[in-house]
Amino acid sequence: MQFTSYSFIAFLAILFAAYFLSPKRWQWVTLLVGSYVFYAFAGLDCLVFILFTTLSSYVISRLMESALKRENDYVAANRDAMSKEERKAYRARAKKKRFHILLWGLVLNFGILAVLKYTGFAVYNINSVVSLFGGKGFSIPSLLLPMGISFYTFQTMGYLIDVYRAKVTPERNIAKLALFVSFFPQLVQGPISRFGDLGAQLTAPHKFNGKTFTFGLQRILWGYFKKLVIADRVLTAMTTMLDDPAGYDGAYVLLLIIVYSIQIYADFTGGIDITIGIAEAMGIKLTENFDHPFSSKSTKEYWRRWHITMGSWFRDYIFMPISVTRPMMKLNKAMAGKFGRVAASKTVAYIASGVTWFVTGLWHGAAWNFIVWGMLNCLVIIVSEALEPAYKKFHDRFPKLTASAVYGKFMSVRTFLLMGVIRSLDCYGDVGLTFRLWGSMLTFKGFGAIVTGGIFDLGLTAADWLIVLCGIAVVYFVSRASARASVRERLYDRPIMSAALCGLMFIAIIMLGAYGFGYDASGFIYGDRF
Amino acid sequence: MKKRIIITVCAILAVAVILGLLQALVVPKYTSNAEGLLTGEYYAEAEGHDVIFVGDCEVYESFIPAVLWEKYGISSYVRGNAQQLTWQSYYILEDTFRYETPKAVVFNVLALKYGEPQKEEYNRMTVDGMKWSPSKIGAISSSMTEEESFIDYVFPLLRFHSRITALEADDFKYIFSSKKVTHSGYLMQKGIDPMVGDAPTDGREELDYTLPETSMEYLEKMRELCAENGTELILVKSPTNSWAYWWHDEWDEQVREYAEEKGLAYYNFIPETEAIGIDYSTDTYDKGVHLNVYGAEKMTDYFGRILAENHGLAELSHSEETTSAWQERLDAYYKDRNS
Repeated sequence: MQFTSYSFIAFLAILFAAYFLSPKRWQWVTLLVGSYVFYAFAGLDCLVFILFTTLSSYVISRLMESALKRENDYVAANRDAMSKEERKAYRARAKKKRFHILLWGLVLNFGILAVLKYTGFAVYNINSVVSLFGGKGFSIPSLLLPMGISFYTFQTMGYLIDVYRAKVTPERNIAKLALFVSFFPQLVQGPISRFGDLGAQLTAPHKFNGKTFTFGLQRILWGYFKKLVIADRVLTAMTTMLDDPAGYDGAYVLLLIIVYSIQIYADFTGGIDITIGIAEAMGIKLTENFDHPFSSKSTKEYWRRWHITMGSWFRDYIFMPISVTRPMMKLNKAMAGKFGRVAASKTVAYIASGVTWFVTGLWHGAAWNFIVWGMLNCLVIIVSEALEPAYKKFHDRFPKLTASAVYGKFMSVRTFLLMGVIRSLDCYGDVGLTFRLWGSMLTFKGFGAIVTGGIFDLGLTAADWLIVLCGIAVVYFVSRASARASVRERLYDRPIMSAALCGLMFIAIIMLGAYGFGYDASGFIYGDRF
Repeated sequence: MKKRIIITVCAILAVAVILGLLQALVVPKYTSNAEGLLTGEYYAEAEGHDVIFVGDCEVYESFIPAVLWEKYGISSYVRGNAQQLTWQSYYILEDTFRYETPKAVVFNVLALKYGEPQKEEYNRMTVDGMKWSPSKIGAISSSMTEEESFIDYVFPLLRFHSRITALEADDFKYIFSSKKVTHSGYLMQKGIDPMVGDAPTDGREELDYTLPETSMEYLEKMRELCAENGTELILVKSPTNSWAYWWHDEWDEQVREYAEEKGLAYYNFIPETEAIGIDYSTDTYDKGVHLNVYGAEKMTDYFGRILAENHGLAELSHSEETTSAWQERLDAYYKDRNS
């Protein structure tokens, strides 16, 4: 059941009604049933996996809780009998035990994800090596990839790690934990929520609130506008160019980079708007996943603004733990002695970044292009950091220039293009081909053809491009306005204007959206992949 | 709060009206391809017919109600559409019985060869014009291809919204009305495009010559519906027989056996082409696939005699009102034919 299907709209209407008509204390049960119904539409087989993740996480979290309680009880009971050092040693041993319990949870769940998502990729690579020696290799298995498995696995493993770190109290009601794992709007493409932020909200009673409900619907509408009017319309041009990448080289590569940036932005942020809007309508506040990413002036800033919950997940659960592992600490110490503390800590950070970005790439897809994509992002960030002193010198030397709006825009455009170039690895899907096409881009071949009408040979008419451009303009101005203050809050005090704009938006979606018969209704990019 | 509710309700109503107008604007007007208007035209004269024709394109290009009235005094209407599938014919017939009870229903059997929904555009042309009723719901549900959605039929705007970027002058001209294109369901074709060479002797090969179960089930439902209403069901196969739409002997045999078993009349006019007087150098507008008006007049005359002589439809009495209405239709028919 895709977000853009009629059946989903009907499902949503029924769920909203059921949610607010349910007795307050059973609202969360309605939501749980709704989430499982939604998930069941993806295939009953998939339910087995999400149930396993729920059950295993419940058991592991409860075991860790018991272990921690035993540890605390023991320390409390023997406070006077134990010295500080003994207590510390005991705590360290107990923590290690809890870590072993956690490890079971991580291995089991990431193991399932790894087998289902990466077996094909692993076999493909083994076959490549085997073929070098004249071997035949193995057939690549076709395994079921349950909907949203990457999202719910990461979210749930985050919960387990937080329980291990004693950041959250484990959920004692397995059904409530099941709701946290399966909360349906975010199953498709995130955001990846933290139990501390979402757990209690999901199970708390929510009285119908006209304002919150309206805001939720407005956010949903906004998401559909981005997805249907911009992303799905421009998709045709992208598909045309990707169907014959060699035929669309030169300037067309730059065009594809721009078009794909627009498409993925409208698609992904649109989907997240729908997700957040659904939750908001029910009084549940999800973490924002985007913060005007295309206004970023550097790659680092871009990654703080794009897919925020994924970035923070990787930072908190991969980058930070790696940075403080024993080998890293040893390395840090050894380097600090020889090259100084700054160089040592930078080296550790770069290594941790490398691992984090490798995993990030792999998370995005089981293919080399995603790994290269991750590593290139890492490289750009490291190089940018290494050049930081040079930037600083430049900024100090030309303070007026670097403080000007034009320079700011230049930095944003530069970041947009740089990220777009790297992102094209994602859509071409082949590392060698992408590198060749980047090379061809420098020749500007085909530029004349594009400006003399070639742009209209990509499956989009002049009217289609006009719709896309108008859509982008609307998104741009709303985005700028919302950067200052919430547009919905401002409109709330002007109900006529608010109703008129929502009506217009609805009409625009119905009339200008690329959906229904005759369109190849596409799922969300992130939903399709994960 | 009250003010907000009033504003919201007003906004919803305004949006509904605007979308209603936009829907009227973007739905196809079929001005260059009149085949999409056939179903809807029936309701303007939906009463008092002695005979109702149902079936695919062969039926609305072979039988002319005006000629049937002129020569035999039989009041008839053709409820046919391009590639109208057997279940669509059934539901259209069911729809017809909501308005009138004809003495006979004539079903052209070519569509029996289709056992599954075929093309969305043909579904649309047949079903969109039907007035809302359980019959229309049945027609939609049984006809949809996998890619179609029922809601697209309820709100055609969802299907045709993309036409907003391809509107033509006729979309504005016919926003609240449509052009009348048929003569009691007969779609006149005056062009002549003769058949080249000898008539084909065989058609496209089929993997299986058994008529699909679904279409035969709906034929049976049509028979039962007619029997319940005291209406005679007559099966016909129009005389045209092109390579792409070949009527195979195996199919003919199955229909003949069915007709015999159920006591129905079945006329296959393919072998009667000469007796009817059809000359494919002058009586077809598309190289023998369909008859033009000159061929259809011959066919109607020939079949009219059969209806009158074999099916008790001779010397029927009609009210003055009916007679005068038919005179007007006849005048319109000849005006169009001779223009």
